[in-house]
Amino acid sequence: MSIDTATAAKVAKLARIRVEADALPALADEFNMILGFINELNEVDVSDVEPMTSVTPQRLKRREDVITDGDQQADVLSNAPDSREGFFAVPKVVE
Amino acid sequence: MENLNSLTLAKGRDLLQSKDITSVELTEACLRAAEGGGALNAVVHHTPELALDQAAAADSRLAQGDAPAMCGLPIGIKDLFCTKGVPSQAASCILDGFRPEYESTVSQNLFDAGAVMIGKLNMDEFAMGSSNETSIYGNAVNPWKLDDKQLTPGGSSGGSAAAVAADLCLAATGTDTGGSIRQPAAFAGIVGIKPTYGRCSRWGIVAFASSLDQAGPMTKSVRDAAIMLEAMCSHDPKDSTSAELEVPNFEALLTGDIRGKKIGIPKEYRLDGMPDEIEKLWTDGAAMLREAGAEMIDVTLPHTKYALPAYYVIAPAEASSNLARYDGVRFGRRAQLDAGDGITEMYEKSRAEGFGAEVQRRIMIGTYVLSAGFYDAYYNRARRVRALIKKDFEDVFASGVDAILTPTTPSAAFGLGDMAEVDPVQMYLNDVFTVTVNLAGLPGISVPAGLDGQGLPLGLQLIGKPWQEGDLLNTAYALENAAGFSAKPNNWWSSL
Repeated sequence: MSIDTATAAKVAKLARIRVEADALPALADEFNMILGFINELNEVDVSDVEPMTSVTPQRLKRREDVITDGDQQADVLSNAPDSREGFFAVPKVVE
Repeated sequence: MENLNSLTLAKGRDLLQSKDITSVELTEACLRAAEGGGALNAVVHHTPELALDQAAAADSRLAQGDAPAMCGLPIGIKDLFCTKGVPSQAASCILDGFRPEYESTVSQNLFDAGAVMIGKLNMDEFAMGSSNETSIYGNAVNPWKLDDKQLTPGGSSGGSAAAVAADLCLAATGTDTGGSIRQPAAFAGIVGIKPTYGRCSRWGIVAFASSLDQAGPMTKSVRDAAIMLEAMCSHDPKDSTSAELEVPNFEALLTGDIRGKKIGIPKEYRLDGMPDEIEKLWTDGAAMLREAGAEMIDVTLPHTKYALPAYYVIAPAEASSNLARYDGVRFGRRAQLDAGDGITEMYEKSRAEGFGAEVQRRIMIGTYVLSAGFYDAYYNRARRVRALIKKDFEDVFASGVDAILTPTTPSAAFGLGDMAEVDPVQMYLNDVFTVTVNLAGLPGISVPAGLDGQGLPLGLQLIGKPWQEGDLLNTAYALENAAGFSAKPNNWWSSL
């Protein structure tokens, strides 16, 4: 399967990375080269193999559903590019 | 006493505990070396005040006889670890200015054990790279040089490898997702171990590919690796994949006695076009282990050639998910917006400006292989192949093999800029011998074993059974003793 510039643009959009239109052909070429490498996986017979979910067979730990943390508003906001009145501030979301 | 910064952890510990030196003296020697080592670009955030405070505290602990393993020993921390109040930006522009309000579990464990941090170390951006050339801080430089040609210290933990090899600190932390501890260790002539997945907590380490990432020490000797690994490991409730296992006293297991051990030599690692020097190093290493009393056994790991393609599906897929958090809202850098830009423009511009080319490439590949219609064909297929790769190792270990010996890298360190014109896949091939170990979650260690014809260090890798780091370190110790690697790079970098 070959990736064209429209697909490259769609992937960039899904990844929320702005790619200018004139950079799309080179991006598509790179994708095709890497996918060509990845396509070697098609040689492997995986018909009776389950996809691996964890290298160590384990059931993820569970904990009580209780509050263990909190009251750290200043710490949480300390690295925000923009915060106001105790909130993260972003450009207008709803028109 | 001169050149305290060139001590090993073990020697430094002994001199501190016998009161021959103080941690402040040792730390000052490292801080001077780090400050004078700017040409290596290994230390990207110097923390001298913190280091001297920690050293003074360590000296009082030592005076009181309360001296844990790492007490008073100066180390460097890879920029991927969140360190409280100290810039931690994964060598990325998008985390410019980020100062965590918390401490990663591994660095906290090291500090609890008395370690002193001299600074944060260079790396590839988000640990994505094999040459430390994708860093926002610029290239780290290998202290080993070829005439006037500057070489890569490898990646992604290139700053850690350069700092330790150049004696800017006694040891350093690294992380390893596909070879990022072992490959730079080999390129710089030092020891690096990636423990079993789950040994070290991932909490507070900037995530790249969560099912593959593991922290580990990069040191001047196998003994040092044992000392520091023990201090780094712990069960951590804050990492759901952290193993609830006792951490052994790894150093106590270093007997050097490997008589009767069975060491596997996997035929699939004998690549077409592999340099003769690598082939010879491997053969020599096998001979050394045989002379030490181990038995060499030919083994097969039939799915080896599919490890890199599987990795380049799984790692980007996980990265695309993990790196979705860099959105210009909660931390890090937000792009300058134009009038009328909404939230989508903010995301897209912040991520386009904040991520470098290799990181963008991997995020988008990951996005593609996870997207509707391709998830089964790429992501699920790669996870099935990963299961087969793991089973290859299980079969070998089930047959009685204790460890597997391979080269660490397919070449010695290459020149900075040498790979600039080749396609990304060529760079990915650096990890051909190391990436299988991450996919299978196994412990792997690189031991410096010789010099090539140009005088550059080469490493051999030993791969162990899950949770058997102690046994693996002991085999590595026997190899280290037999190889007797003691070469050091000539000091061209020091401006002092």
